[in-house]
Amino acid sequence: MCTLEQRGRVFVLTLTGDDEHRLSHALIASIRSSVASVAAAAASAGPGTALVTVGEGRFFSNGLDNIWAGTSRERLQGLVDALSPLAADLFALPMPTIAAITGHAAAGGFLLALCHDYRIMRGDRGVLYMSEVDIGLPLPPYFVSVLRSKITAANALRDVTLRGRKLKAAEAKEMGIVDAVCPGPAETAAEAIKLAEQLAARKWDGNVYASIRMSIFPEACRSIGIVEESDEEKRKHFASRL
Amino acid sequence: MEPNNLCTVERRGRVHVITLTGPGEHRLGPALLGAIRSAVAAASAGAGALVLAAEGKFFSNGFDQAWARTVPLHLQATMEDAFRALVADLLALPVPTVAAVTGHAAAAGCALALAHDAVFMRGSRGFLYMSEVDAGIKIIDFFAEIMREKVPDAVARRDLLLRGDRMPAAEAVRRGMVDVAVEGGVEDVVNAAVAEAEKLAAREWDGEVVAEIRKAAWPKLWSKVKDYSAAAQVAVRPRL
Repeated sequence: MCTLEQRGRVFVLTLTGDDEHRLSHALIASIRSSVASVAAAAASAGPGTALVTVGEGRFFSNGLDNIWAGTSRERLQGLVDALSPLAADLFALPMPTIAAITGHAAAGGFLLALCHDYRIMRGDRGVLYMSEVDIGLPLPPYFVSVLRSKITAANALRDVTLRGRKLKAAEAKEMGIVDAVCPGPAETAAEAIKLAEQLAARKWDGNVYASIRMSIFPEACRSIGIVEESDEEKRKHFASRL
Repeated sequence: MEPNNLCTVERRGRVHVITLTGPGEHRLGPALLGAIRSAVAAASAGAGALVLAAEGKFFSNGFDQAWARTVPLHLQATMEDAFRALVADLLALPVPTVAAVTGHAAAAGCALALAHDAVFMRGSRGFLYMSEVDAGIKIIDFFAEIMREKVPDAVARRDLLLRGDRMPAAEAVRRGMVDVAVEGGVEDVVNAAVAEAEKLAAREWDGEVVAEIRKAAWPKLWSKVKDYSAAAQVAVRPRL
């Protein structure tokens, strides 16, 4: 389902197999477990680490496991509820995060990519697609919160959510949703790892990095249940470093 | 107004120009913040617009950490509170404000520039730099709010705050953080800012309306700083 490896200062989380990487309870749990390992390893590794999330095959992720959920609203809501803590894990992760979008990223899969700090995408194939309007599903509130936090141009947000626009990498880059476009999946993964190494080399304190991330996106964090540190706690941290 | 050794005040036409003096980093410690606040308060009396500029290589390199090291934790808050009060005063000011970013503006110095209505910046030298991520300093809420309201683009905010990009004027203009990149030296930037301020003053806007519209335009920021403004400190309503 997913594997985790460490290459120097960079952790690489791979969604394995040439399938749609549908976010089932099992896959979500597996990813969360890997992300937790990364957070723990970061604590002992010290400042200067980064995470790259990459997919094998034609898909980054085609979203929540709607196939399994079928017509059951309960099952669908259960999956929606299960993805939220993973989003929180990523927003709170004490290191820079990069999504290497090596294939289609739709709905929950697109959201997963948006939960990362940076997005690098293959330009030859694959689209980013918020399919809910086409399928006839409302967007969960925390989905909207994350979308609004990361896609701040009004017309871009409209195109993604209200038009169900399928974005190729080049368009997504123009809209500020993707940071770099690469020719194919191998280059995309390589570029993502290279960026990860550059960011890791800045040797940022992971705890501070995560804190600043959360202060940039407070509404998204609130929507996924992250409670930001108080100013008092932040000041104490600062004083201890003087 | 008597110049002190921290900042000077002069009137150019209708424009009230405050200049942070000296070749140093213009670190925003309690003394300098107090001097700037006094100078800003004076702008309400008869000026049509305000410009904040600086001498030397720096606009401001941020808070005075050296001072902070010399005082206990509970007193360090006074520097932060004074900055919050200055931001409140700028938001509540009944005249348009223009920052003339004549040199490097880092951390609180960058936030101070962005807290103005318009930002003119030296094109050939100096950059905006939110140094906190590199320095390992967390960003408190009202500070983050300045950045959230004044840098609404998610990518620009990420690059500035999460990547610690050093942004020269041209890039800052492209990303919508700075209004104009001015070629030339420090004086050219100040002159351009003053010219803009003069144009704004010539509109002869009702000052109270300017203040109310500005507070309404940045409501989240205003709500987080308003209790610190000079007016808030003065207004004491007895409860019956």
